[in-house]
Amino acid sequence: MTAALVETALKIAFVFGLNLSVFAPILGWVERKQSAVMQDRIGANRADILGFTIIGLFHTMSDTIKLVFKEDFIPRGADRIMHTAAPALALIPALVAFTVIPFGGKYMLWGHQVNLVVADLDVGVLFVFAISSLAAYGVVLAGWSSNNNWSFLGGLRAAAQMFSYEVAMGLTIMGLVMYYQSLSLVTIVAKQDSLLHWGIVWHWPAFILYFTCAIAENKRTPFDAPEAESELVAGYFTEYSGMKFIMFWMAEFVEVVTIAALCVVMFFGGHHLPFITDAGLIDAFGGTGSAIANLLAMAIHIVTFILKVIVLIFFQMTIRWTLPRFRYDHVMALGWKMVLPASLIWIFIVAVALLTGAMPRL
Amino acid sequence: MTEQAKRNYDFHKEHHTELLTVNMGPSHPATHGTVKFMLALDGETIENIDVEVGYLHRGFEKECEAQMWNGVFPYTDRLDYLTSVLNNVGYAMTVEKLIGITTPERCQYIRVIMSELARIGAHYTTLAAGALELGALTAFIYFVEAREMVWDLIEATCGARLTHNYVRIGGLTGDLPDGFAGNVKSVFATCRKLWLDFDKLLTKNRIFLDRMRDVAAISAADAKAWGFTGPCLRAAGVPYDVRRAQPYLVYDRVDFEIPIGETGDNYDRFQVRMEELEQSMRIVEQCLTQIPDGPINVNNPEWRQPSKDLSSTNIEYMIHHFKTVMEGVHVPVGEVYQAVEGANGELGYYIVSNGSGHPVKMRVRPPCFPITSALPLLIKGRLIADLIPTFDMLNLIGGECDR
Repeated sequence: MTAALVETALKIAFVFGLNLSVFAPILGWVERKQSAVMQDRIGANRADILGFTIIGLFHTMSDTIKLVFKEDFIPRGADRIMHTAAPALALIPALVAFTVIPFGGKYMLWGHQVNLVVADLDVGVLFVFAISSLAAYGVVLAGWSSNNNWSFLGGLRAAAQMFSYEVAMGLTIMGLVMYYQSLSLVTIVAKQDSLLHWGIVWHWPAFILYFTCAIAENKRTPFDAPEAESELVAGYFTEYSGMKFIMFWMAEFVEVVTIAALCVVMFFGGHHLPFITDAGLIDAFGGTGSAIANLLAMAIHIVTFILKVIVLIFFQMTIRWTLPRFRYDHVMALGWKMVLPASLIWIFIVAVALLTGAMPRL
Repeated sequence: MTEQAKRNYDFHKEHHTELLTVNMGPSHPATHGTVKFMLALDGETIENIDVEVGYLHRGFEKECEAQMWNGVFPYTDRLDYLTSVLNNVGYAMTVEKLIGITTPERCQYIRVIMSELARIGAHYTTLAAGALELGALTAFIYFVEAREMVWDLIEATCGARLTHNYVRIGGLTGDLPDGFAGNVKSVFATCRKLWLDFDKLLTKNRIFLDRMRDVAAISAADAKAWGFTGPCLRAAGVPYDVRRAQPYLVYDRVDFEIPIGETGDNYDRFQVRMEELEQSMRIVEQCLTQIPDGPINVNNPEWRQPSKDLSSTNIEYMIHHFKTVMEGVHVPVGEVYQAVEGANGELGYYIVSNGSGHPVKMRVRPPCFPITSALPLLIKGRLIADLIPTFDMLNLIGGECDR
């Protein structure tokens, strides 16, 4: 019992620590530096402590300090309660979705089985979608409660866009669920023990569709119509400042990590190394009985997982700095007229392929 | 519902919806150059728009009346602040036309070279800003990089990047620097590479096409009726270019094409500007091969201040120096209009002189004022998101429009 509690506490600490204190702030830096590289610039490099700048990493700290000490501004006529609650409503779902994502396999440590996922739900996939659709409330409330026309328009755009893509996103990976015959992310990962079983091999169209929907759901360029700084000033968070503002910002970055992690789990074999099964790796280090072997395998798996996530994060950032912004009605047309029918067709193709045996069952 | 009732059905009335009035500007990210739009929105659709200009009104024309003829140049810098030297050239040519002097050949070539460099810089800025407001930040930076290199060339010539103040009545403040032709060659090579990058990122990009094509199109007849000139008129299919229609300086000696569009939509305005960049580079390159050696100022101390050497050693030159500094040049009585092709269209100066050292009346024809006035025509009934690229491609420059 104690061991289970300790294990859960450690896992939660790891997941939240990774997201909030490593990925979210570092991504701010990565986004600056990566865009600088793409755009032939130097990027942020001035913040220093005693003359050390460590390639601009201190900007993360100075940003945080600045935002904490900024005035917490609530506009006149705003709904104070909703205005205050909205950023939290946007950030929390992004974090919670991470709890069902397995970042490793199962290991035997001193007679205790460790499963590297905070909550192994049978309906993991559905849970992720259910939770991430809650994030829409935060955004819509932010837009509505600010008592500002631009925020209001941004909130409306966000509502329409997020709910539309929600529908399509759920359907894009149904083919994958049929292929792995499970809604549990842990089972889906466990079945990808060989490179040939990775989701991307058979389901690359689903990956493209899912990735599109996920970026649209996260409202990043090219789908940032709700924010659209040249049209709506800053969209739904026009009237936010200080920590509340940065909570929207962090929600976006955590969502970037969540999207990357989900893609890794569903399409890129999760923590698996290509062609090496979990058992094979543990055996190579000295067998299931050895705690050291299990720990080593665990470390390698977590690092593999994080590296895959980082690659996909980079991919998302590259998209962000390459494409211009969709017009709002084009976003909706893309969602309803292209992505949704395409994912339905893909479900049909997968179903036929599985029934006729053209696609092997796992 | 009967057929009659269906015909009479008024959605707004039946559902008690009303239009949302929003103020866009004067401090809004998209209303750079400072302008205000009053929008009446039905959802995302612009039902009505009221364009309010004048936030940058400094009274340019009135200010000029208080200046001596040569003192006006710094004020012209601040009209279209992206093409200062072009404004200088326009003003200088107008005054020279009234006086009736012709500048030396070398001066004319240098004026053409600098005008075209300014035009290149202005087009880079317009296109880059257009890309930026559509969210393409990388493309923006590519063209700003190109612009900065072109501005380096201008800086090497006249010492300033933005407000050049380079031209004088009857000449220039200085000659081209050493190695200018070589620098131009290397800068243009990089610029052409960046042009290709920009082109790859945007011109055939489906998202960009969807946002630009068929948005805010204007027919050739409408464009003429509204007084369009420059890239916006040419995008509508009218090959009118002051450089070709009323050739001035040495434009009749260089070979360049006038790109025109078909539909007059934002995409055509974008493409016309993209192509004009190349044509302007060609003009500069041809001028650099043709440019003769010789003086850059008219050899007449009555109009152009003599050099320090002359004015401090020769009594006659010294008297002229004193007179032109204390009283200004005495431009003969008369009135004159002269236009040059600015980055946004026909930039015209209308000047009245009563023979004193100051202009008596001054009027600038800003190309972007009539163009901006057609904005309601172009944008009514379209989405609020369409206002952004349309406004960018019409390219209002506050300094020039509001004066």
